[in-house]
Amino acid sequence: MIDELHEEKLKDLEEKAVKARELVIETLVEAGSGHTAGPLGMTDIFVAFYFHILNHKPENPFWEERDRLVLSNGHICPIQYVTMAMAGYFPIAELKTLRKVNSRLQGHPHRSSLPGLETTSGPLGEGISQSIGMALAAKMDGKNHHIYCLTSDGEHQEGNTWEAMMMAPRYKLDNLCVVIDRNNIQIDGFTENVMPLEPLHDKYRAFNWHVIDVDGNNIHEFVDAVKQANSTHQQPTVIIAHTVPGKGVSFMENRFEWHGMPPDTSEVLGAPPKGEQAKKALLELKMIRETTKNQHK
Amino acid sequence: MLNPALKLNQKFFEEAEEAPTRQGYGEGLLELGEKNPNVVVLSADLTESTKVNKFAEKYPERFFECGVAEQNMAAVAAGLAVAGKIPFISSYATFSPGKNWETIRTTTVYNRANVKIGGHHSGIVTGPDGATHQATEDIAITRCWPKMTVVVPCDAIEAKKATVASAGFEGPVYLRFTRDKTPVITSNETPFELGKAGLFWTCDLPQAVICSTGHLIGEALLAAKELEEEGVKVNVLNISSVKPLDIEGILEQVKKCGSVVSVEDHQQDGGLGGALSEFLVKNLPAPMEFVGLDNTFAESGKPKELIEKYNLGKAAIKNAVKKVIERKGK
Repeated sequence: MIDELHEEKLKDLEEKAVKARELVIETLVEAGSGHTAGPLGMTDIFVAFYFHILNHKPENPFWEERDRLVLSNGHICPIQYVTMAMAGYFPIAELKTLRKVNSRLQGHPHRSSLPGLETTSGPLGEGISQSIGMALAAKMDGKNHHIYCLTSDGEHQEGNTWEAMMMAPRYKLDNLCVVIDRNNIQIDGFTENVMPLEPLHDKYRAFNWHVIDVDGNNIHEFVDAVKQANSTHQQPTVIIAHTVPGKGVSFMENRFEWHGMPPDTSEVLGAPPKGEQAKKALLELKMIRETTKNQHK
Repeated sequence: MLNPALKLNQKFFEEAEEAPTRQGYGEGLLELGEKNPNVVVLSADLTESTKVNKFAEKYPERFFECGVAEQNMAAVAAGLAVAGKIPFISSYATFSPGKNWETIRTTTVYNRANVKIGGHHSGIVTGPDGATHQATEDIAITRCWPKMTVVVPCDAIEAKKATVASAGFEGPVYLRFTRDKTPVITSNETPFELGKAGLFWTCDLPQAVICSTGHLIGEALLAAKELEEEGVKVNVLNISSVKPLDIEGILEQVKKCGSVVSVEDHQQDGGLGGALSEFLVKNLPAPMEFVGLDNTFAESGKPKELIEKYNLGKAAIKNAVKKVIERKGK
């Protein structure tokens, strides 16, 4: 059962989200490569999971009754690593090792490298299938934990995703909740220009899923959607989370150029010069943090 | 002579009993179903053809039909495996591990998920279906994976033993099966161990060792017997475990014989011959000849016709043995 999200807890989560975004920027700058837009866009959802929704024990990552958070689009792992570190899975200082030799924080997640990761991912379109396997196993074993699978909109161009979309309703997997980061961007541009996905809601409906659309940058709205998903019977749920890629940093928001690039590594039209991008981003986030704090006073 | 220590089918040379190795897979799964409640089976619309139908009937709650979707099947299996199940995925090898190769690479092999891959319709003995359905590259594409286990049973009895043994091994395993009936060489009493080769034919002062994987062991034994009658002496090693190789067993034979012929119903590139030559060139270089598909796809036809046309049978094996012994003398 997910706890009531009272006002004080919501404030705490919103402040954590700002902190997480700062850590994402710092971690990516240190790594010198990696993805920026997706992690910033999905920060609110990751904070909601690790600090409110998940039934988990960071000190005991293999606890059998834990909810499973499966990341399908592995390239946004910086935000997963950041929120895992904040939640206590490993020291925050270890974030500095991302993408470096001898690190547990691989450029794309590797399950057996880091306790707490449920899958190895990066190649797209494989997460829903693996989540189906976990959901089937939970049903066989009479377990009540939930399987949450985070996916991107771009990976809905992979055939494997549609194979999995057919299978989950066939086995009535109501312990499975898929979340789509509907941020409308992918490497080559806007999804609707590269290979249109719309009407995505109707497509899932046609495949017999319970479909919910939410503002993915609104923690309260998102938590409510997950509660609804968990009370659905005999049907898997998909939450289409409309997010702003690059959320929180003005020159990154909704710009597909930031999909696969960290700050300070190249020139982007409208962004500060190389070397000043991270500084500007952190400054903007600091302002958001102060505004958030003031609102909460 | 047939190695008496291995209790092989003594009637093999008189009236060879035949059975498809996929039958052994089905029987092995039935046995596992009863022994181990964690064993689950997934099929991609080929339930009867891959012989998992009896498991599906007896254990419906542990059988998952995935439809014609091999990528999904592979990744679902990985999810089941990390949750503690022992999934066997069943399809034709050209589709699984062919079509879904990257899915298996990421979600099972790199992910260290305990998934067993049953690849069927391997080799040109798949016959009339034609080259689209004759998997002849599957050993190459699976044995290149780090820490993978690749097993090619030589007959239906060994197929059953390999299937059962694979469930007791923690880690991904590729099991390769054939559609058509092939000779039964072993018996229930023949020892089987993952990672071990078996010396099926043995003689005094052998001049070459025939290393065979899969059903062509029958052709290799026929060749060995005829060669003996012609005064040419060979040993025949059945290498069902292509990865890991039985290093000790192979080194012992190569030391004793001094030359090697590899035999497989697979491309010469990347199969057992490739594995052996990679190993021997680093450890004990010896003249070697390869019997296998030579840089070509096959075609429709009866298995026996194809074996002859594509030079995989006893005549080709005998020629390769004579050639390798001749090279040894130079």
